[in-house]
Amino acid sequence: MTELLDRWQFGVTIVYHFLFVPLTIGLGVLVAWMQTLAYRRKDADWDRLARFFGRLFLINFAMGVVTGIVQEFQFGMNWSNYSIFVGNIFGAPLAMEGLLAFFLESTFLGLWIFGRGRLSERVHLACIWLVAFGSTISALFILAANAWMQHPVGFRIVDHKALLTDIWAVFANSTLWEEFAHTVLAAFVTAAMVVVGVSAWQMLKRRDVRIFARAATLASGFAAVCLVATITTGDMQARLMDEQQPMKMAAAEALYNTASGASFSLLTIGNLSGQPIFQIRVPHLLSLIADLSYDGKVQGINQLQKAEAKKYGPGSYVPVIWLTYWSFRLMVGLGIVMLVVAAWTWWLSRKRSRWRLEDCRRTLWVLVACIVAPFAANTFGWLFTEMGRQPWIVYGLMKTSQAFSPTVGTGSVIGTLAGFTVLYSALGAVDVALMRRAARQSLDPPAGEEGAAGGGSGEEVAGLVY
Amino acid sequence: MTGPVASLNTAWFALIGVLWTGYFVLEGFDFGVGILSPLLAADDVDRRITLNAIGPFWDGNEVWLIVAGGATFAAFPTWYATMFSGFYLALFLILVALILRGAAFEYRARRDRLSWRRTWGAAHAVGSLLPAILWGVAFTDLVRGLDITKGPHYVGGFAGLVHPIALVGGVASLLVFSLHGAVFLSLKTTGELRRRARRAAALLAAPAFVAVAGLGAWTGVTIAGSSRPGALSGAVPAALVVVALLALGAGGLLIARGREGLAFGTTAVAIVALSAAAFAALFPRVMVSSVTARDSLTVWNAASAHETLLVMTVVAAIFTPFVLAYQAWTYWVFRQRLTRPPAGPGQTAGPSSPGGSPAAVQGDAAPAVPGPTSR
Repeated sequence: MTELLDRWQFGVTIVYHFLFVPLTIGLGVLVAWMQTLAYRRKDADWDRLARFFGRLFLINFAMGVVTGIVQEFQFGMNWSNYSIFVGNIFGAPLAMEGLLAFFLESTFLGLWIFGRGRLSERVHLACIWLVAFGSTISALFILAANAWMQHPVGFRIVDHKALLTDIWAVFANSTLWEEFAHTVLAAFVTAAMVVVGVSAWQMLKRRDVRIFARAATLASGFAAVCLVATITTGDMQARLMDEQQPMKMAAAEALYNTASGASFSLLTIGNLSGQPIFQIRVPHLLSLIADLSYDGKVQGINQLQKAEAKKYGPGSYVPVIWLTYWSFRLMVGLGIVMLVVAAWTWWLSRKRSRWRLEDCRRTLWVLVACIVAPFAANTFGWLFTEMGRQPWIVYGLMKTSQAFSPTVGTGSVIGTLAGFTVLYSALGAVDVALMRRAARQSLDPPAGEEGAAGGGSGEEVAGLVY
Repeated sequence: MTGPVASLNTAWFALIGVLWTGYFVLEGFDFGVGILSPLLAADDVDRRITLNAIGPFWDGNEVWLIVAGGATFAAFPTWYATMFSGFYLALFLILVALILRGAAFEYRARRDRLSWRRTWGAAHAVGSLLPAILWGVAFTDLVRGLDITKGPHYVGGFAGLVHPIALVGGVASLLVFSLHGAVFLSLKTTGELRRRARRAAALLAAPAFVAVAGLGAWTGVTIAGSSRPGALSGAVPAALVVVALLALGAGGLLIARGREGLAFGTTAVAIVALSAAAFAALFPRVMVSSVTARDSLTVWNAASAHETLLVMTVVAAIFTPFVLAYQAWTYWVFRQRLTRPPAGPGQTAGPSSPGGSPAAVQGDAAPAVPGPTSR
């Protein structure tokens, strides 16, 4: 019971945290890019866009930081047995993340917010790039920790604890680099889709159309390139997964029995014991994905269960199939939809295009709707990779059922789970409302003309940020 | 299990002590500002000036906590696991408070509605108040000793944390952080607000002194009466508490004479000395068991193996100087006082633009209305 509640709490915390994080990582880069264009070309439009999207970036940032503290603390709070078992290895990247990444991003964010007009333009620009760099490398450290849970390396077990033998192995983990590339690219996609969607909304409302069209061109091109790369790295991960966590691959496919030249199921409706009632399948595709060969052998759930029970002792080693199956498909499907949409938008909006993006109203509405797609895809991706690893918390070494805090009572976990859920829901609603509001505002007037515009009410104080 | 005092284990104990101390000194003043803001601000403009005074710093200050937590996880996993699961509900309250506070910074000024600003203003104040008390409670508990049995498991529950001495610790940390914040505010503002901040600091100095003296004496007696002393003589933490008291006394006198910069130095010294006293009283234990001395966690039995400590030492040695340098630079960049802008037309470019024209407020100009006692 406590284990289940602890898992729910972890799920709520991480899913919520990861709504903010990819947008922060990606918008950091995009805002820095816009500000760079403004600086190098002395272009007031890019400056106005950088400020506009900078506002969205800031609304998100604070939430990312504070929910991240919960993320770090709950390993000790709810998973003390896990923390003791893995601390030697898992704690190191977490500490490095704080020291190398979080200090950098939060300090320079303060300088960026409050330093405009106080720092030179060049230094101010450097600040936002350092923020973007800091949040991007923070992903490297936390994923080093996660990759070790997926595929532990560089350790030995002494007295029921995993001790570090080789920090280079932990950071050279093949799982880490593919996971890092995939996650960071997905974060870029997230922010790019938000920029495209918000620009589309502004164009639909006929506000600063030419300026927002420039933002849409930049971001849709960026999104398309990053989507191709995200899908490619995802495919590489699938092959690695087939080798390192074959059960997860089989569960992703709901492939119950080992098959050669396995087909990929686009859609299966079946009962929970794995008897398909209706399905659409693409022949040989799964073998191609998992093994890069037309007739490659892909292991099935039943055979893997037998093999793992033999290796690790009796028990079920099968994750929740419907969840892994559907989350995997939804992630991939959304990625492909976004690729089509982003590439089409970029095609429409390029200079030599026969059409003008601002007149393609149906496309613009699709773009607005697509704002939710990357968030959903990110969430499905993490649900898949974390739920697909079950029953393991550290693959092959520790089960989730052994990992939670023995001294924290069920009542405490219920209380905090309820508390976080209520708080997160309320703050989520406020955050979305503020984001919507900021996304619907007009651009600031060009720099130097602030005095002329009556943006806020007479109560506002010039220059106070908070 | 024990080992030589001159070792990586001791070094990491000291480094984690430094991280917590840095956290208390830095976020201490921004907690204090948050607590006092509703009391000192005459109107919304004042309120915003107080938040903007800590605006460029609070986020970086909070990272000290994240790094302290991460370093504890890496260097002393058993300490991290036992303390964080043991202090479960207390940490939950702290997390909720920090979340509300972080959101309040970012959200409060984004709408003009009075009810909106009141709500987020209250969230910010409560979000500053709770951690300011609870960290004092938690660290007093660490020093006092807790019901830790073999496992190690803390079995005292939330009730086991709310001991009378720990409550005194909470009051002391609340008063000291508030004082520290009041002094910071007097250093960063001008005119009426600065005068009020200075007065608040002068009023807070005596109660803070008394609370710290009481906490020091009571904890000292409790530790001395226990049969499980730390490695250092009790004279070391006692001397550090005396240093804190001297600093607080000096701070009270300095702020009354309008020496804000020096006063801020002394309140910072007081917090450093108190935090150091706690860690000195602990060493070489990291969590004291009040059940049997055998079950106390120490820098030896709670630590990571040599390889982890070595790697982390190298990383910390390389990168810490950079962090200190750029954080110090931030304080230098934003060293000016915040002046209340003249009332009248010609205001604003939107409350929330990341930039606007802060020069209007963070001006290099001398304060418009110097306080009567300023030099």
